Amino acid sequence: MTKLMNASDIHTLSVYVANKPGVLARIAQVFARRGFNIDSLVVSSSVDGNFSRMTITAQGDPAGLQQVIEALRKLIDVLHCVDHTNEDVVVRELALAKVKISPEERTEALQIADHFGAKTVDLTESSMILMVTGTTDKLDAMIGLVKKFQVIELVRTGKVVMARGGEET
Amino acid sequence: MPDKRIDGAQALINCLEREGIEYMFGLSGGAAIPLFDALVTTNTKIKFVLVRHEQGATHMADGYARATGKPAAVLVTSGPGATNTLTGIMTAHMDSVPMIVITGQSVSWMLGKDAFQEADIFGITMPVVKHSYLVKNANDIPRVAREAYYIATTGRPGPVLIDIPKNVSAGACTADLFQEMDLPGYKPYPETLDKEKILEIAEALNKSRKPVLLVGRGAIISDACAAVKALAEKLNAPVVNTLLGKGGFPETHRLAFGMLGMHGTAYATKAVVECDLILSIGSRFDDRIIGQPDKFCRNATKIHIDVDPAEIGKMIKPDLYLVGDARAILDELNKHVARLDTAEWLAHLDGYRKKYPLHYKKQGGLKMQHIMDEMYKLTGGKAVAVTDVGQHQMWAAQFWKTDGRNDWLSSGGAGTMGYGLPAAIGAQFGRPKDLVVLFCGDGGFQMTMSELATACLHKLPIKIIVMNNHYLGMVRQWQELFYDDRKSGVDLEGNPDFARLIENYENGKGLTLKRPADVRKILTRALEYKGGPCLVNAEVVKTENVFPMVPAGKPIEDLLVDPPRHKMEKPTGST
Repeated sequence: MTKLMNASDIHTLSVYVANKPGVLARIAQVFARRGFNIDSLVVSSSVDGNFSRMTITAQGDPAGLQQVIEALRKLIDVLHCVDHTNEDVVVRELALAKVKISPEERTEALQIADHFGAKTVDLTESSMILMVTGTTDKLDAMIGLVKKFQVIELVRTGKVVMARGGEET
Repeated sequence: MPDKRIDGAQALINCLEREGIEYMFGLSGGAAIPLFDALVTTNTKIKFVLVRHEQGATHMADGYARATGKPAAVLVTSGPGATNTLTGIMTAHMDSVPMIVITGQSVSWMLGKDAFQEADIFGITMPVVKHSYLVKNANDIPRVAREAYYIATTGRPGPVLIDIPKNVSAGACTADLFQEMDLPGYKPYPETLDKEKILEIAEALNKSRKPVLLVGRGAIISDACAAVKALAEKLNAPVVNTLLGKGGFPETHRLAFGMLGMHGTAYATKAVVECDLILSIGSRFDDRIIGQPDKFCRNATKIHIDVDPAEIGKMIKPDLYLVGDARAILDELNKHVARLDTAEWLAHLDGYRKKYPLHYKKQGGLKMQHIMDEMYKLTGGKAVAVTDVGQHQMWAAQFWKTDGRNDWLSSGGAGTMGYGLPAAIGAQFGRPKDLVVLFCGDGGFQMTMSELATACLHKLPIKIIVMNNHYLGMVRQWQELFYDDRKSGVDLEGNPDFARLIENYENGKGLTLKRPADVRKILTRALEYKGGPCLVNAEVVKTENVFPMVPAGKPIEDLLVDPPRHKMEKPTGST
C-alpha cells in the first residue's frame, strides 16, 4: 500500500550557497539521486551578491530527508542548510491567477479578491489576473474559491521563508 | 627583454607542482595540447606518464595515492578522453581516494554547441566527484589549483575535476600564482574536539565485556593506525577490519581477526554477531559488512567515529557517535580507557578461530588460495598487495595478511574490474623500492591490459599473477549457488595465452603455472626477475567457490562457513 503523504513528509529547507554556475545542478542531484521530488524551488541573490539563498520544499520520508540535508551540507558550495519544517518562521508565497470572468461575474470575483487582500494586476473584458501573497494555506483557499470561475493559468512562486528575530534563516 | 608572461596551462603546472604533485598520468589530445605543451615549457619536476587508455590513468593515480598517501594528477583531453576517466573517478570517489583530474575542453565560445570532442564532463562527473571546476578565466587557475588540491586531500578525501577550455589554458595568466582559497562552505573537520562525547564513548567501552573494534579505511586515511593499535592493546579488545581497512591494524597481531562481512573470516563475523559493543573507526557500515541493516548488532552498543557527518546514521543508527578526525579522537580516547576483562571473550573467539579456520586443499588442482598463501610466505608479506575485483580479491583479502598502512590496494565500494593492473603501476611509481604484487582475475585483467605497455616501457618490476579460471568467477559462483548453476555470460572462452602476450612487450616476462607442485618454484622465478613486469599465468581450477559467505541481504549471523548442502534462495540484497 502506498503510504499517504502527511504534513510531516513535506519539508522546507533553506540553503545558502555560493552564487556560481552548476550549484543548482549539484543540489538538484542530491534530491534526484535519492528519489525525492522537489515541489518548489526559489533561488535569489542574497544581501552579499556572492551568495544565493534557495528555499526548497520537497516530499519524502524524514529519515531520508536527514540524509539529503547532510549530503547538501557536504557540497563545497553550500555554506549552510537548515530544515525549517514545523518551525515558527515567516513563510510567504505569491500566486498569479488568470481567471476567465464575464462582466457579470466581476463583482463577485473582486469580493473574493478583496477578502484575501489580492490585487487585480490585469483586467480585460473577459479576464482578470489576481495577485495574492501570503501563506500557502491562504493561497490554496483563495484559489479554491476562484475555481468556480474558469482559471485559465496559475503561477505560484513557491515558498520563501525567513527565520524570525535573531535566528538565522 | 624576454616576455615573462605565462599562459594558463603553465600556471596550472607550476601551481600543481608547488602543491606537491609529483606524478601525472594521462593521454594527450587536441583540446589538451596547451596543457601538454606546458609540461615541456615549464621544465616542471612533475613526472608525466603516458598511458594507453584514460581509465588506466585514473587507476594509476588512485594506486599511487593509496600506496603513498599523496595525491597524483590525471591529465586528459576533452570528449572521449574525459569520459574514459569516469570509471576511475567513481572508483576513487567510492573509496575516498584523493585525485586531481584535469580535462581539456573545447574553446569556451563553443561550449554547448556540440563542438568536435566536446563533452559536458563537468556535468557528467558531478555525482562522482568531491568537487569540480569549469575554469572560464586563466587568472582563476592559481586559486582553482590550490583549492582542488586542498579539497582532494582534506576531510574525507576524494577526486576533484578541473575542466579547462583550450582558450583558457592557452590564454595569458597575469594573476599572482599565490592565491588565497575562497571556500567559505568547506569545513573538512569540526572546529573543536568534543571531549565530553569522548568521555561518553570511553565510559561505554569501559563497561563493555565483549567489545569489538571495527577498522575502516578512515583509520588509514587519518593515519590513526598507531592510535588504533594503542586502543586495542589498552582495552585488550579484538579487532576486525573492512576490505579497505586492511592495514589499519596489523592483521598478524594476536588481537586481529581479519576482514568481516560477506566473505570475511567466520571468526571476525561471529565476533561482530556476538559482541556487546562495536566501535567503528572510519568505516561506513557498508552493505557488504552489515548484511541486513536492522538485524546488525541488534543487542550491541554501536559507536560510530567518522570524519563525514553524512555517514552517521546512513546505514546504522548509532547509540553514540563522534564526527572528526579518527586519530585526533582516538588519541584523546586513549587517555580515558582502561584494560577490560576480555580474557574469556578472546578465548571464546579464538575457539572460533580454531574451529573455522581459513582453509583450502592443495590437492585436486591448482587453487588461487594456494598461490596467495605461497606468495605471502615467500615475501613475508612485505609487499604492496594489489587486487582486481572478484573471487581472487576475496581470497586475497582472507589469505594475504596486511600489516602496513598503505600496503593493500583494492577497489571496494565501486568494485571496479580492471582496477588492478593500472593501480599496481601507480603504486610501483610511488614506491619504486618496494615489491608490488598484483593478484588479478582473467576477466578484470583483460579490461585494462593495454597498460602492460606502460608497465613494460618503464620496466616496473610488478609481479602480475593472473588467476586464470576462464570464468567471470564470482558471478559464476552466484549462478551455481542461487540460479541452479545456469551459467550465463560468464564463460571467458577465447582467452589468449597471457604469458606469451606479455613476452611481446620489451622487458616483459611471462611464466605459466599449472601444477600445485610448481607454485613455489614459479613464484620464486617471478620474484627473481627484475628487468620489468613478470606475469604468471596461473591456470587455476575453474569452479572453486569463495567461503565463508553471507548471502546478500541476509543478516550476517546467517553466514555460510562452508558450501551449503541445500538449494539456496535467490538473494534479496543488492548484488
